Amino acid sequence: MALVLNEEQSMLKDAAAGFLAEKATVAHLRELRDSGDATGFSQDVWKEMADMGWAGIAIDEEFGGLGYGYTGLGLVLEQVGRNLSASPLQSSVLIGATIIAELGDQAQKEQFLPAIASGQSIVTLAIQEGAHHAPSQIATTAVAGGNGYVLNGSKRLVLDAHVADTFVVIARTSGEPGDTDGLSAFLVDAKADGVAIEQRSMVDNLNCGALTLNNVSVDASALLGSEGGAASGLNRTLDIANIGLASELLGVSTEAFERTVAYLKERKQFGQVIGSFQGLQHRAAELFAELELARSIVLKALQAIDSGDESLPVLASAAKAKLCEVAQRATNEGVQMHGGIGMTDEHEIGFFIKRARAAQHTFGDYNYHLDRFASLNGF
Amino acid sequence: MSDLDQFRQETRAWLEANCPEAMRQPVTGFEDIYNGGRVPEIDHPDQKVWCDRMAEKGWTVPHWPKEYGGGGLSADEVKVLRQEMSRIGARQALDSFGISMLGPALLQFGTQEQKLEHLPPICRGEIRWCQGYSEPNAGSDLASLATRAEDKGDHYLINGQKVWTSYADKADWIFCLVRTDNTGTKHEGISFVLFDMDQPGVEARPIKLISGSSPFCETFFDNARADKANLIGEEGKGWTIAKYLLTHEREMISGMGGAPKKSLGETAVELIGADEQGRLSNGILRQNLAQYQLDTVAFGATMARVGDEVKSGQGLGPASSIFKYYGTELNKRRNELNLAVGGEEALGWEGDAYQGGQVVRDWLRSKGNSIEGGTTEVQLNIVSKRVLGLPDA
Repeated sequence: MALVLNEEQSMLKDAAAGFLAEKATVAHLRELRDSGDATGFSQDVWKEMADMGWAGIAIDEEFGGLGYGYTGLGLVLEQVGRNLSASPLQSSVLIGATIIAELGDQAQKEQFLPAIASGQSIVTLAIQEGAHHAPSQIATTAVAGGNGYVLNGSKRLVLDAHVADTFVVIARTSGEPGDTDGLSAFLVDAKADGVAIEQRSMVDNLNCGALTLNNVSVDASALLGSEGGAASGLNRTLDIANIGLASELLGVSTEAFERTVAYLKERKQFGQVIGSFQGLQHRAAELFAELELARSIVLKALQAIDSGDESLPVLASAAKAKLCEVAQRATNEGVQMHGGIGMTDEHEIGFFIKRARAAQHTFGDYNYHLDRFASLNGF
Repeated sequence: MSDLDQFRQETRAWLEANCPEAMRQPVTGFEDIYNGGRVPEIDHPDQKVWCDRMAEKGWTVPHWPKEYGGGGLSADEVKVLRQEMSRIGARQALDSFGISMLGPALLQFGTQEQKLEHLPPICRGEIRWCQGYSEPNAGSDLASLATRAEDKGDHYLINGQKVWTSYADKADWIFCLVRTDNTGTKHEGISFVLFDMDQPGVEARPIKLISGSSPFCETFFDNARADKANLIGEEGKGWTIAKYLLTHEREMISGMGGAPKKSLGETAVELIGADEQGRLSNGILRQNLAQYQLDTVAFGATMARVGDEVKSGQGLGPASSIFKYYGTELNKRRNELNLAVGGEEALGWEGDAYQGGQVVRDWLRSKGNSIEGGTTEVQLNIVSKRVLGLPDA
């Protein structure tokens, strides 16, 4: 497949850029933060996004989506990264809908996907338990009982936990923490007895929370996929999630870089603009090169999702690792090259370094994915 | 049957009938590449046979117009020809600076007479060319070159010295940057001339590098003569042609090295060992290898993306400006890792035990990649100024 955008994709990208730059900017994120907004994003803007079809962008038309594929969703997420737009696009559209599409049966897809695609329902994945992403270490249990299963355990870094109506909980139906087998996925209603949700506040001011499951009973029909058989659909979902986050990080990095280059052309010291100093020019030029590599690997990985490429796992880890590295460098250089003003809360560059680190960490950081990339490559 | 299918069928039949068996063997060294010339270096007699047969069809340079000795093939036909050649493992019949560098410049800037005189012998492999650009005091700052060309009516008299002239000792003609005027800025007054190397007053001496022998030469001109008919473009406007050609050269150097057959990481596992999960036992080396491989994948995707953007009509985007810089730095990283993975074996300089010291010589030679054809620092200046629009100090 050619590594270029087609006309439909270019139009989508432009539309997303225009809409988000007006309706969901860094200034809006600051307002949400400073007002202590309970939802954490604008419901009105989310409704508009859903009305444009973005909530169903990668969902099949059969289930009420647009069927544009993940390349389309990735382009929107890149613009989300540029504007630091707060919305449930990542939690519910990129990840929640994907795991249901990957593991669900026809009835489950019919029940959940159209609701997600219309923006009415928010479904989010509850997987992480410790401070680090480590799927094989899951200790949350699901034991047969009642009409189905009884779940016990705790989860954290659950995106949009406090506004989700359904969680996809990854729990162990057999084996011990450390085993890669024995994982199952369950649909859990946010209002079910025994579910406790704690809203938490991370550095990026986007929504995430912790979940405690205390003897939560679910029906047998809540099982997504087969018992103990979540691994392959879950792994594909995580690959897609990481590529989506890499798209967002591409937007974060590119925007931070462009703002920094603009600042280099405007800030004067020693009687000249600081962008005329070779010490800064070469650092900017090297970063430009890294961003071009980042853009290429993200597009290649997005296309690999849509084409069913067998090398998806290695491309997903490549894209996420590369974007973690580039986002870290772009945002660090962003603050450094802005100098003192870059350290102030008043300036917006700080919002980019904050979101970058949270997105980098989510579902595996640079270290996790570079390690996985090496293993998948046979060393 | 479409015209292209017809062309494929005919091409396949012709190649089967005309490509000698010896020219279907894999290229294993520089001696397997045929460069042509008045006195060609011939490793196997079929090299010349194959070149002559291909030149007859115009297929040594299939995309050039027929009137200049090319094949006049469309882009699709060239692709078919390449596919059919690789199907039977046919070698490229002729490779030379005439094809890769001078030819494109002549097609762009030459007069009809100049094209008719110089292009057909390039296509037939009769004349081998070298490039006279760098001088001892004009490296990164190429435009400060000082080789003088004195106007003698119908010809120029040339005095000065060039350096890093690849294959000057084997070339028949040179395309050369000379100074015809000293009065303006340094970019003005540079002219692009062609002249025969087989004349008194031209001397080429090979240069030995830190990696051993090399194709590079120092080339001296002592009252050498260039006919004015062989001035390309206007007098004093040679810098435009030089820049055009440098772009070509940078694309060639960035593509050097290429991907190794087996991944370095897998080689490292064989030589150094792995833990129970198959992870290379030295975690620090493993990280360095993974970072290198990650960047190789991302750089490969970038080359592919830029190629696809050009094909789709978007033109050559700013990403292409990083190729020379990034490709050569990546190649240097690979060569450093080759040493780290190979250990003592990789440090051998000569003898059978060390396969003639190829690993260490490649490593040393790679240091030149980020110097020749525009240093990494010059490339970063270009990105800063032309792509990012950052101002001069």
